[in-house]
Amino acid sequence: MAEGYSELEPVLQRHGHRPDGLIEVLNRAQELYGHLTPPLLRHIARQLHLPFSRVQGTASFYHLFRFSPPARHRCWVCTGTACHVKGAASLLAALQRGPLNAWGIELGSVRCIGTCSGAPLVVVDQQVWNQQSCASVLAGLRELAP
Amino acid sequence: MKACLRVCSAASCRSRGAATLQHTLSEAIASAGLEHRLRVKEVGCLGPCSDGPLLAMDASPEAQTQLYGSIPAADAAQLAASLTQAAARHTLAQWCPAGGQRIDLNHPFFQLQRRLVLEHCGQIDPNSIEEALAAGAYRQLERVLQTNNPAAVIEQVQRSGLRGRGGAGYPTGLKWAAVAQSPGTDKLVVCNADEGDPGAFMDRTVLEGDPHTVLEGMAIAAHAVGASRGFIYVRAEYPLAIARLHTAIAAAHGQGWLGMAIAGSRFNFDVELRVGAGAYVCGEETALMQSIEGKRGMPRPRPPYPAEQGVFGLPTLINNVETFANLPALLRLGLESYGRGTKVFSLTGHVRRSGVIEVPMGTSLRRIVETMGGGAAAGRTIKAVQTGGPSGGCVPANQLDTPVDYESLKALGTIMGSGGMVVMDDTTNMVDIARFFMAFCREESCGKCVPCRAGTVQLDNLLEKLLGGRAAPGDLEQLERLCHMVKDTSLCGLGQGAPKPVLSTLRHFRDDYLALVPAETSR
Amino acid sequence: MSLCSLRIDDHEVAIAAGSTVLQAAREASVAIPTLCFLEGLSAVAACRMCLVEVSGSDTLLPACITRVQEGMQVHTATPRLQDIRRTLIELLFTEGNHVCAICVANGHCELQNLAVEVGMDHSRLPYRFPDRPVDLSHPLFGLDHNRCVLCTRCVRVCDEVEGAHVWDVGWRGEHCRIIAGLEEPWGAVEACTHCGKCVEVCPTGALFHRGDTTEEKHSDPARLQALMQARQQQRWNP
Repeated sequence: MAEGYSELEPVLQRHGHRPDGLIEVLNRAQELYGHLTPPLLRHIARQLHLPFSRVQGTASFYHLFRFSPPARHRCWVCTGTACHVKGAASLLAALQRGPLNAWGIELGSVRCIGTCSGAPLVVVDQQVWNQQSCASVLAGLRELAP
Repeated sequence: MKACLRVCSAASCRSRGAATLQHTLSEAIASAGLEHRLRVKEVGCLGPCSDGPLLAMDASPEAQTQLYGSIPAADAAQLAASLTQAAARHTLAQWCPAGGQRIDLNHPFFQLQRRLVLEHCGQIDPNSIEEALAAGAYRQLERVLQTNNPAAVIEQVQRSGLRGRGGAGYPTGLKWAAVAQSPGTDKLVVCNADEGDPGAFMDRTVLEGDPHTVLEGMAIAAHAVGASRGFIYVRAEYPLAIARLHTAIAAAHGQGWLGMAIAGSRFNFDVELRVGAGAYVCGEETALMQSIEGKRGMPRPRPPYPAEQGVFGLPTLINNVETFANLPALLRLGLESYGRGTKVFSLTGHVRRSGVIEVPMGTSLRRIVETMGGGAAAGRTIKAVQTGGPSGGCVPANQLDTPVDYESLKALGTIMGSGGMVVMDDTTNMVDIARFFMAFCREESCGKCVPCRAGTVQLDNLLEKLLGGRAAPGDLEQLERLCHMVKDTSLCGLGQGAPKPVLSTLRHFRDDYLALVPAETSR
Repeated sequence: MSLCSLRIDDHEVAIAAGSTVLQAAREASVAIPTLCFLEGLSAVAACRMCLVEVSGSDTLLPACITRVQEGMQVHTATPRLQDIRRTLIELLFTEGNHVCAICVANGHCELQNLAVEVGMDHSRLPYRFPDRPVDLSHPLFGLDHNRCVLCTRCVRVCDEVEGAHVWDVGWRGEHCRIIAGLEEPWGAVEACTHCGKCVEVCPTGALFHRGDTTEEKHSDPARLQALMQARQQQRWNP
């Protein structure tokens, strides 16, 4: 039985409830609901006539799908080659030792976003911060943290 | 003709505030009622990303274009005031953005380029199909449809020697011929826009700056091989490229360059966008096909090749963004003028001027890195240039005179790859670079075949051990042996290529490794 | 039906065109080791144990999916291949926690047999000792992830033969693991028909009957071939 999730109906219809729309539907679902929960995944599986394990197997394959709610703010350190040669690894390590958790900020890494001239860079809530150091990231994040 | 101020709005300049800048400047001109004098428009990448945000002023047809960089986007309001004043006083040719820097367009960075793929990038507003059409978009498609001789187009592509720009360098014409010969009437054309190599952003530049060239290339290909449906598989990390593609596809439909009976012919072609979800391996064509079908992006062995059994089991042509974008230029110029063609590179790393360039095929690495890019920073020297991403290798500084073409780079133990070019100076430890790529492949391995899934982990651990100063006698031999094993036995290009950065650095920078191994074992 | 002649090691073989090198080798009684391959299921060429050398080709080819060609010369046991197979087994042993002495499949395990066959008495690569769970939620069967080699036979048999698709592979790379339903305890997955085919085709002690204790698990992959023959050809051999 479809309980809720009516916002998903347009994307389901656009793909004719066909299985090949699964990734598009998962992308949209995450956009709408923040993360993928078991009831949501069950709903999608039923709508696309797919076994549960197929849906779970596919969703867990891709980095960008998440199974827990996102934090209030997200800080992703780019780990592309250009950022790496300019010190991204030590930047990430330094931030991992920082107080981000306590500030309610989720720290992670992102694959090259292709704006390498700003290396090393971080992506904070979809905004790109160029040429960063641990101190500058922390200073910027401190302003965000409510 | 009125003056035009082009504001680079590609992702890199955007990250430096270009969007606000463009908005503020055009609002100011509009509210001053000066739109008849000056048009402020957003354009795709203007090239030297390291100098962003970038502005280009075309004051009049006679005046030379002026390019300005390092524009202080935070001072947008003041800049808008001075721009409005210059427009009002007819002094736009002399206008100079305060705080910005004039960039010499006679610099080799610009002069040594040959722009075929990027011809309109930075010139036209990528959101406007009218501007694209005025610049010649879809004219080659129209000509191809009028002539209606698909075999001749395939032959021309074959004779041009065009090879896939995505990395493997497979002859494009052969691929087309194979799909054209495949039986069946339902065929597909897929554009691989899953540009995943870290440090590579050529395809992003093309998609953000001139999406219609890619659509036109896809339509030409579809007509040649007999396909009527197409997919563009684009990575989710490129939101601006996705937005531009959505706009371009809708506009092309609206103007009859996609859809039914294109340009009055009997040719129908529809394009659907598929957005990835963060998986590097989906750049591999068989994995990409799985992902389009809504499955885990697991590569499968070939044969059967996509030309016989591709997406949904249908004959499928897969080319990458830059390959498709070459076609309008190739058809327009003809074989002789097209020559060996060009390659787009994204130049980054320890180099003074970084950005996107398009150079004639066969340009030497030294020309690109030193003459165009300005070499390493003061007091530093270049140690290596990395090409080909995680499946490529490092070219040592003493080999920089190597021309960039498929064979020369292969002979050096690297590959042309998709066009990422990362310069590394003498502060770089090559073992650390090798480990960086191995860790990348370890994380991106799909997990299907044993050598890639488990081999990359062992290799990564071994490199970590070396870097941590815990190397034991025999570790270097084991590293080399396992590299060859993973390269020879993995199922797809990711695993087969994963050991290449290690093998290439072992070949050219063995001293960096020996320094990490106990003295008695280093012989 | 046209025939194809080829040479496998020292044997001349003639076999129907369209056959695989593995079929031809078995026809000629040449043993090529396999692990993920199982007659009756689709071939995925994932374990790489059946890689062979073919004269005139630099690339190694998986025998389970490579089609025979007229005049082909196949080499199945060169020193290079032997070293590759040993390394593959080492990679599998170091990736999981395979302790034969306390395994239900001891003595009846395909991985163990392969290790003997390729002469792997110790691993040259370090063991990784991953932390993996055991699922004992199903009333009849158990799944010990420590012993799983990700051959995906269970996934394929459940999908292709039983049609239940209880299993799939979750996550990716080194984090891949076999999942039931929405990565739930197996016993909680309603789609499971309790048919036990996954247990029968499992090459190691990863899937087992709940009652099994040390040295008791017997896989029965041959039952699958009998079942497939019955389904497809309506031929039974009771």
